[in-house]
Amino acid sequence: MSKPYNNTKATLALAKASFRSIMRSPSAVVFTLAFPLVFILVFGFLGGGGVKVDLAIAPGSDLQNPIIKSLEDISMVHIIKDKDAVYIKTELEKGHIDAVIDVQKNPAVKPAYLADIKYTSASLDKGNILKSVIHNLMYTLNTKDVMPTVAQLNESTVQGRIYRTIDFILPGQLGFSLLSTGVFGTAFVFFSLRQTLVIKRFFATPVRKSSIVFGEGIARIGFALLGAVFIILLGHFCFHFTLINGAVTVLNMLLLAIIGLIVFMGFGFVVSGIAKSESTIPPIANIITLPQFLLSGTFFSIDAFPTWLQPISRALPLTYLNDAMRKVAFEGAGLWDVKHQILIMVIWGIGIYAVAVKVFKWE
Amino acid sequence: MDKPNAIISVKKLVKKYDDFTAVQGISFDVYQNEIFGLLGPNGAGKTTTLEIIETLREKTSGEIVVDGYSVDKDASKIKRIIGVQLQAAGYYPNLNLVELMELFSGLYGVDIKPMEMLEKVNLQDKAKAKYKALSGGQKQRFSIATTLINSPKIIFLDEPTTGLDPQARRNLWDLIIDIRNNGTTVVLTTHYMDEAEQLCDRVAFVERGEIIALDTPDNLIDKLINSGFERKKEVKKANLEDVFINLTGKEWREDN
Repeated sequence: MSKPYNNTKATLALAKASFRSIMRSPSAVVFTLAFPLVFILVFGFLGGGGVKVDLAIAPGSDLQNPIIKSLEDISMVHIIKDKDAVYIKTELEKGHIDAVIDVQKNPAVKPAYLADIKYTSASLDKGNILKSVIHNLMYTLNTKDVMPTVAQLNESTVQGRIYRTIDFILPGQLGFSLLSTGVFGTAFVFFSLRQTLVIKRFFATPVRKSSIVFGEGIARIGFALLGAVFIILLGHFCFHFTLINGAVTVLNMLLLAIIGLIVFMGFGFVVSGIAKSESTIPPIANIITLPQFLLSGTFFSIDAFPTWLQPISRALPLTYLNDAMRKVAFEGAGLWDVKHQILIMVIWGIGIYAVAVKVFKWE
Repeated sequence: MDKPNAIISVKKLVKKYDDFTAVQGISFDVYQNEIFGLLGPNGAGKTTTLEIIETLREKTSGEIVVDGYSVDKDASKIKRIIGVQLQAAGYYPNLNLVELMELFSGLYGVDIKPMEMLEKVNLQDKAKAKYKALSGGQKQRFSIATTLINSPKIIFLDEPTTGLDPQARRNLWDLIIDIRNNGTTVVLTTHYMDEAEQLCDRVAFVERGEIIALDTPDNLIDKLINSGFERKKEVKKANLEDVFINLTGKEWREDN
């Protein structure tokens, strides 16, 4: 009994209890794992495709000619064969087929073939892409045996890393997962512990308030990191998510995740303090999470937003977490290289915890 | 008991809230190793008094010493030597009883065997159950088990038997008497006078934040009788609760 009281032991006991409780709470698991995973799966399977142009071959068209052969070799062009004229016409009108080609042997000997191509106004942009593909193809075919008279063009492409959709989507989903866990998880836990008088019972023991906050924090960070590792590894092994420096990259991402989560938990403390009842937590938490979900470059690069919207996007903490995550994962940046992003998150952190200290309620 | 030794001493305790005074200058001592009862109607100030002694609430004025420690200066030392059962308290969600016991042993900074603690209150069969899934009596027994984790010198039980059926109530009495017999001082509140009469060595009646009587149950009854009081109805040798227990059996029920 005379043994001094051990705050660390109390903190760890709380962390363990909280971790067990989170692992058994369906909503935490859904928000942290299932939700981001669904998006990653969807975009993972969609990803990497780029533009595809659907080109139908008219019935009766000659098939054994260099034009069709070359078109078949272009991965961007999806050739549709063996469809009747009526089907092709309706699909063209709907824009499901972007163009139709009809190649015939030329009875007049030269040129050897006549290619008749019809685009549709229902799909003008893809038609234009196809147009330039075809022009390029024709030029190559027609000049195959001809020495250029003015200049010869030599084209080559630098072999770069393949930037897949998953490389954009995964960091965004990871960031959003951390945001939801941080805000919703923290807000609900502290609100309900207060409401159900669990905290009051804690106060009847020698435990310090700081131990309660740290214990909860450790558990939530531990849980979120577990989720993050799972998401990253699944993305890497199933969808070729790029991890430039392997384990080091993962480690850097996890460190970023911790910084982000601590900031987001600050929002959670604020929400738990200002919510009047359990049912007001979701709307308040959504006010914080939804705009960031949509505006922080989770799905689209914020460069694609209208210019008036971009400053708002650039004010949100999740924007910087996403940005830093992508730089680390795809470009192989170190933490020092994303210090600007980290700094802005830290500023958000200081601001939000200043508010949290004012509004947080223990009883 | 020759000269009683006060383990808790409350002097002129006052608790004011914004618009009313919950406790107006009450004083009493709790002796070592007794079962002390605070009795009185709802809102009389029993729980407020208890929570101030437990260091969960600030007092407005007065002086309280618990086993030599002042609530003003040594709140954390007091917390280490007392066990507290709150009238309304929750336990961490999604954890079973063993895990909750582990949590509390960490919070109190002591090493205990969770199963042994549960055996003390006859809940070993419920070790893997969640607190929520327990019956009223089991919940109260579990709460009492959490108060015993740090081998406290004093435990506080706030309305431990409210809402329990007669069997559950009686075996909780047995448990409380056991705890006292093992050397722990017990302070409890109750609305049930039969309970106070059976359990408590001394009782204090609290009314509107003041103590209006304090003595052993026997003395208080004798005083009333000496003043000429008579019950309207002849007292029989048994009451309806005895009939109930006799008919339904005294043994522990799975659900109590």
